[in-house]
Amino acid sequence: MLELQQVSHKIAGETYIDNISLKLERGALTVLLGPTLAGKTSLMRLMAGLDKPDSGDILFDHKSVLGVPVQKRNIAMVYQQFINYPTLTVYDNIASPLVVVGVKREEIGRRVAEIATLLQLTPLLQRKPAALSGGQQQRVALARALIKRADLVLLDEPLANLDYKLREELRAELPRLFAHMGAVLVYATTEPTEALILGGNTVCMHAGRAVEVGPTMDLYRRPAGLLAARLFSDPPLNTVAVTGSAGNFSFHQALPAFRLGHNVSLSGDFTFSVRPHNLQTEKPASNAIALPATVAVTELSGSESYVHFDFCGQAWVALLHGIREFARDEQVQFWVQPEHVMLFDANQQRIALAAN
Amino acid sequence: MKTQNNKAWLMVVPVLLLVALSAIIPLMTVVNYSVQDTFGNNEFFWVGTEWFQEILQSERFHNALLRTLLFSGLILAIEIPLGIAIALAMPRGGVWVSVCLVLMALPLLIPWNVVGTIWQVFGRVDIGLLGHGLASVGIDYNYTQNTFDAWATLIIMDVWHWTSLVVLLCYSGLVAIPEVFYQAARIDGASRWSVFRYIQLPKIKRVLLIAVLLRFMDSFMIYTEPFVVTGGGPGNATTFLSIDLVQMAVGQFDLGPAAAMSLIYFLVILLLCWVFYTVMTSHDNETHEGVHRAGGRP
Amino acid sequence: MACIELQQIAHRYPALPGEASAYAVQPLSQVWQDGGAYALLGPSGCGKTTLLNIISGLLRASAGRVLFDGVDVTGLSTERRNIAQVFQFPVVYDTLSVADNLAFPLRNRGLKSAEIETRVATVLQLLGLEHMARVQARSLNADDKQKISLGRGLVRTDVNAILFDEPLTVIDPHLKWKLRTELKKIHQQFGHTMIYVTHDQTEALTFAERVIVMYEGAVVQIGTPQELFEKPAHTFVGKFIGSPGMNVLPCATDAGNLLLAGKVIGKLPYSASGAGQLELGIRPEYVSLVATAAGNPDSLPAVIAAVEDNGKHFVVRASINDLPISAIVREGTVIPESPRIMLDPAKINLYRNSHLVNA
Repeated sequence: MLELQQVSHKIAGETYIDNISLKLERGALTVLLGPTLAGKTSLMRLMAGLDKPDSGDILFDHKSVLGVPVQKRNIAMVYQQFINYPTLTVYDNIASPLVVVGVKREEIGRRVAEIATLLQLTPLLQRKPAALSGGQQQRVALARALIKRADLVLLDEPLANLDYKLREELRAELPRLFAHMGAVLVYATTEPTEALILGGNTVCMHAGRAVEVGPTMDLYRRPAGLLAARLFSDPPLNTVAVTGSAGNFSFHQALPAFRLGHNVSLSGDFTFSVRPHNLQTEKPASNAIALPATVAVTELSGSESYVHFDFCGQAWVALLHGIREFARDEQVQFWVQPEHVMLFDANQQRIALAAN
Repeated sequence: MKTQNNKAWLMVVPVLLLVALSAIIPLMTVVNYSVQDTFGNNEFFWVGTEWFQEILQSERFHNALLRTLLFSGLILAIEIPLGIAIALAMPRGGVWVSVCLVLMALPLLIPWNVVGTIWQVFGRVDIGLLGHGLASVGIDYNYTQNTFDAWATLIIMDVWHWTSLVVLLCYSGLVAIPEVFYQAARIDGASRWSVFRYIQLPKIKRVLLIAVLLRFMDSFMIYTEPFVVTGGGPGNATTFLSIDLVQMAVGQFDLGPAAAMSLIYFLVILLLCWVFYTVMTSHDNETHEGVHRAGGRP
Repeated sequence: MACIELQQIAHRYPALPGEASAYAVQPLSQVWQDGGAYALLGPSGCGKTTLLNIISGLLRASAGRVLFDGVDVTGLSTERRNIAQVFQFPVVYDTLSVADNLAFPLRNRGLKSAEIETRVATVLQLLGLEHMARVQARSLNADDKQKISLGRGLVRTDVNAILFDEPLTVIDPHLKWKLRTELKKIHQQFGHTMIYVTHDQTEALTFAERVIVMYEGAVVQIGTPQELFEKPAHTFVGKFIGSPGMNVLPCATDAGNLLLAGKVIGKLPYSASGAGQLELGIRPEYVSLVATAAGNPDSLPAVIAAVEDNGKHFVVRASINDLPISAIVREGTVIPESPRIMLDPAKINLYRNSHLVNA
């Protein structure tokens, strides 16, 4: 188990990691989700022992590892760039971590064969990295990281430099690969979709802080705060200000008031938010909320349409099924069901609605 | 990582000792000499800042300092632009790269005193190829008698010897610029000069700073070549600070003033290097992006 | 703005010793209409960037001609073709301010300073960079640097075309959405001819009116996003576009019936006679799960391997007689106990030797 206790890190007076406490279990995958410069890489460097935190403690299996040099920790790391030994064959590349620690030849052969099968590298074992495609090179790097049976495996946006399709393929394979390992797995990504496919637990990161931590699906469906809801939304989360008066909410004077759930009787200012795929153009239920919109631009992606529109002065986007073309400035009525609404209070904390 | 740090210190202790023995202790000896006077018999008297005052007020020192500054100035003014120009003209790929690099590196491999000797012979009017050649086309060239000729010889010699260093440094900076910058410049319709001014120069600024500092320090401390070629003459025309210093210390055995002069010399170099560094990095409000993005996108 | 025409363009890079030189771009003729928004889509190494550089003149094709509005520009330099191009990695002039970076291409072309100022101000506003106009470009983060790279293209209103080479690669997901929409708006507003190279299907399909799918130096299909989705001309296109890609399953025909896994699943809508391996392609979007065979005579029993929840819908990974098939079903769908799979007959495409039969 890897435990971070109130870890902070500064470089040249600038805060990179701001008081993060985490517990990461063996055999579980933790996704660090956040935009670039959120501190994902900095946090991984602290976990690996490449940097030393200014304050706080890092424990592995209940023992502080702050004094232990990187080479003495059993760590594997995969980077965004494909890093392999250019002069070694794929086989020797994968075998290299075992050769270093003096594992027997037969044992090496057996383990390389095993991991190569898992990552579909068997036909490529005698090639040099330069003769491989980007996806294959990254598979080799992954194999090298996994063969070590490290206690801690750190993956820093390992798929970011790959083609979209390859990324999709590897993404689907990764959870299967990780399932067999008893290591603490940490995976950094900027893409919410990637986090959702990988599952496990997610740490939402923003400006060096761990904004929210929890099981990936729970965090996606029931974020505690607006910031995590935004970070965990692709396409971006739609938000607008609403005012409530004893459970009657309104966007502004000209639009009719609506209710959210049965027992919600709130007053004050709130942020009303909807994920793009929860918007519809047909009224789905009698209690659905109407959102009159002015279309800005429509993007088609084959089976789906992204409709960008203006609602109460906010730029919103709806993800609709099928090909739905709208003209610029066309007036369209969108609908959302109350159970799909996330309501946040003035402190940006989500309010549990009876309906969801 | 405490244990690791301690170990690291242990490893550098020998080096620290070596540096202490080879640099700090002699330096302290010099400091010691600079504040004392001796009449032989190993008897020393405390004289305070007397030697420093004497040196700082002496016309001989002023002249030598001015000569040295002028020499360094000329060297930088010639070698830096010339070095950049040659680096720009060098090929970026193919077999010619290695040929050019070897040619460039050749002068750097020759020891200082050999360079001096080569040019001393090369420039002689009686037997030297250069000196005799110039004389035969009717140019009155004689570096042992003519101040201008002596200076010209020393400067050409230094340019021949050291421009390669500037070239190699700049070239390494230039080849590191990604091709996409040049492509973007073509798209933007940039002229050759704009490409240099807005892409190449900013990108090689760091190596250029190193080149300037190295060439400044080296030329400011030049000793062997003028000693071999001109011996500081004609008259005192090429008596730079270093030559003056040796004359004072070894020739006249004025250890006190020589020690004081050494320290002043040292401080002048330090000060000027600091000035160069500050001026050349003054617009460098670089963020820590590099550190933060370690492992980030290329 | 101009209509761009490629006539029998082909390109080979110089061969390495001991290797035959392969085509980076196979012989190709294509007309890019004035004011169109195109995307070149394909995996890395498919020749899409090479083709883009041939259009902009950064690369001289080894064969063929490039015409702008009917004028041969094959021999013209990039500078004289008057093209804007945005690259994958941000290019900024470090020592210049943001505003001077945007003004750079205009100054190089000798525009009047009043004109430059207005245009720079417009683009600064368009990209939301007004507040940092005087900031030195080197101190910006990657997102803002890439905005400047885009801006240097947009500031030139008289260009023949704007070319984009995977411009959103280094951009964070949220900003990606914003910039992509912004580009689309700019296209609708100003009507530049735009060509957008990417390996990301979402970027290609959402941006372009027509998408050119490339594979190994050749164009596999050209069509609207809808055509590529509904009627992929080749199984490669079917698999490359869509996530997950199209299901491609070996099938057979028998007396006007279509057979999958030995069972009739419907009538053949058209003749599919001929030799070669026959496959059917169906998008996961058009595969549905049903609980019983009652009322669904064409459904087939399936085994479900996994159900993935991507936050928007479920992706069901199943198999029919060991043939893997994916289905996309609505969020919250209850997976039946003994599930059967239905294929929407109207959405089935037939492929012979990987090529669409009913083209």
